[in-house]
Amino acid sequence: MSVSTLQTSLVDRSAPAPVRPVRRAGTRARYALTVLAFLLPSAIPLTLFVLGPMIAAAWVSLNEWNLIAPMRFVGLENFATLLSDPTTGEVFLHTVFYIVGYLPLVYLGGLALALALNTALKGRSFLRGVYFLPVVTSWIVVALVWRWLLNPSNGIVNSALAAVGIEGPGWWTDPLWAMPSIIIASAWKDLGFVMVILLAGLQAIDPDLYDAAKMDGAGWWRRLFSVTLPLLSPSTFFVLVISLINGFQVFDQVYAMTGGGPNGASEVVVQRIYDLTFRYGQAGEAAALSWMLFIVILAVTLVQVRGQRRWVNYG
Amino acid sequence: MNRTLLATAGIVGIAALVLTGCTTQADDGPVTITYTNFISNDGNEENLQAIVDAFEAENPDITVEVTTLPYGDYGTALQTDLAAGTVSDVFDIEYSNYAAYQANGVLAPLEVANPEAYRQSLLEAYSTDGTSYALPSSFSDVVLYYNADLFDAAGLEYPNSDWTWADEKAAAEALTDQAAGVWGDHQPISFYEYYKVLAQNGGQFLNDDKTAVAFNTPEGIEAAEWLVNKSGTVMPTIEQGQGTADFDTNLFKDGKLAMLHTGIWVFGSVADVPFNWDIAVEPGNTVQASAVFSNAVGVSATSEHIEAATKWAEFLTSSDVMVQTRLDAGWELPPISDEAQLATYLDKGKPANRQAVFDSLDGIALPPVVANGQTEMQDIIGEELVEAQAGRKTVEEALASAEERINAVIGG
Repeated sequence: MSVSTLQTSLVDRSAPAPVRPVRRAGTRARYALTVLAFLLPSAIPLTLFVLGPMIAAAWVSLNEWNLIAPMRFVGLENFATLLSDPTTGEVFLHTVFYIVGYLPLVYLGGLALALALNTALKGRSFLRGVYFLPVVTSWIVVALVWRWLLNPSNGIVNSALAAVGIEGPGWWTDPLWAMPSIIIASAWKDLGFVMVILLAGLQAIDPDLYDAAKMDGAGWWRRLFSVTLPLLSPSTFFVLVISLINGFQVFDQVYAMTGGGPNGASEVVVQRIYDLTFRYGQAGEAAALSWMLFIVILAVTLVQVRGQRRWVNYG
Repeated sequence: MNRTLLATAGIVGIAALVLTGCTTQADDGPVTITYTNFISNDGNEENLQAIVDAFEAENPDITVEVTTLPYGDYGTALQTDLAAGTVSDVFDIEYSNYAAYQANGVLAPLEVANPEAYRQSLLEAYSTDGTSYALPSSFSDVVLYYNADLFDAAGLEYPNSDWTWADEKAAAEALTDQAAGVWGDHQPISFYEYYKVLAQNGGQFLNDDKTAVAFNTPEGIEAAEWLVNKSGTVMPTIEQGQGTADFDTNLFKDGKLAMLHTGIWVFGSVADVPFNWDIAVEPGNTVQASAVFSNAVGVSATSEHIEAATKWAEFLTSSDVMVQTRLDAGWELPPISDEAQLATYLDKGKPANRQAVFDSLDGIALPPVVANGQTEMQDIIGEELVEAQAGRKTVEEALASAEERINAVIGG
């Protein structure tokens, strides 16, 4: 689903309903066919590559399967094993740790950038492009670069810290710092995405409102909290929903930066799903864990969508 | 709308043609077999092609289609192909995976036309209950590389096959000059090193019926300490880059490492360094034990051309063309029994002491293998040893934790 269609479906609930065609049997059938024709191009891949695999995964989750030998039906045993395995709790905890660190960082950073680049700054188009560049760069490249930057012995970051007399941490080689390393790299990479969404939101705000606020004597901060942020809330809501879903599914950067190490300190849910499937030959357990993750994401997203009524302002 | 329907019908039609096209096959006449490998990746692709060309010249009815994958991706690709039923007729496997693939019925039993051609210990490593399920394609071992110039500068005697850990340690300490960035020794801290040093110290990794680990003993602790205590004293720490890909060979090639434990597969990579180097049999403590790695090829149990596939597998692993190609290229060692042919390997240039490659075979430590949980077992011991290396656990704590975790995986 493209960003814009998702944004519309999540946010734009007040949009007027499509105009109904005149109720004549032939016209209605043609209308239905037209709608179907528009839906088909996205419905076919969605069924083939999302719905189909999800149903297949549900079936696999009820079986013992090492990918090689035939499946053996075990009922809910995989779920029971996962629930009694302390690793399951740990990987969910690590994932939540990632989200809690990543989300505020990427949102506040993206907001600051959007506010800065929404002014009449010289070269702002160029800067917008620059900040968006990491978004379209492959995670593998970004992860390798960040591994160099955060190299404990000769990386730029620790060298810079040493220059001002601070002894830098072991970053991705240290269990305490492995996840913060991943969070920093992830926030850096996704800043541009958040910036673009918020920038679009900012530009939709009527400038007259600022003039009116100024006339009433509102300062910069007052305008930010009373005009900008409330009217930006639909974009904020969209960013939060998408970022949270992506946060639960974090994998590439973990795989490329730490592989879940050291000693499992940065192992997240999807890394565990990958390891169970391709390294440990337990595809059944992996499928069960995928479904658990799906249910968690669905629940969190539903809570968000319900909660939006309290704070999202569609002006 | 009608046009859309027509287009859809067309796509369905094409898909049907493609699908049925896959299932047509010829029983007689020319056959094409597929071979997926990692052994030729990164430098030996042309050598493999030479063997394929010779095979096709000898068997005009058989065409071999080769797919080459990097070693790092190979295991995942093979698993996926097996799960999807798209595995090649012939494919590479490693010794440590053989048991699992054989037990799962993936490998076809093989009628070997000329079993005498193979080094018998290797052939037996890939047979189960007297039947071959894969054929060894090569073997290699791990030796001690040393920078002779650094030894000369320090006035030290070169490593030799009589050395023990104590000799290696003394030399490593004398050669380490951290201020100059020169290190005395490098040995990875991993499963593959640990099971070996354990054997060098008279211990064993698994108990006799392979239901539990047997390394949490005084010998096992001493072996782990031998590895772990190198870090930060005579070997760089993880923070200094130890453990990342090619770190050790690059350090050696830069002339900043006196001794390096690694396989004979890097001969080619270090051949042109601007200093004198050679190899020796790896020192043991109470026992001499070297790691031997061997690759093999299996024939898919679901192959439609098992006979042709077996023919190719046997040619790839025992033909004279293969032997000559491998010896000329220094592409590991051919798995053959004919010592006279192997002898020519000794005169193929650097390193001078190629005899050490064969001497290492006098004491072999084979990796411990379990049918279920092999990778998890390897991961766990590696993780725990790194915990000890980083000083987050004592060696005793790390081994006790590894024992508990591995037993839970392989005992169940």
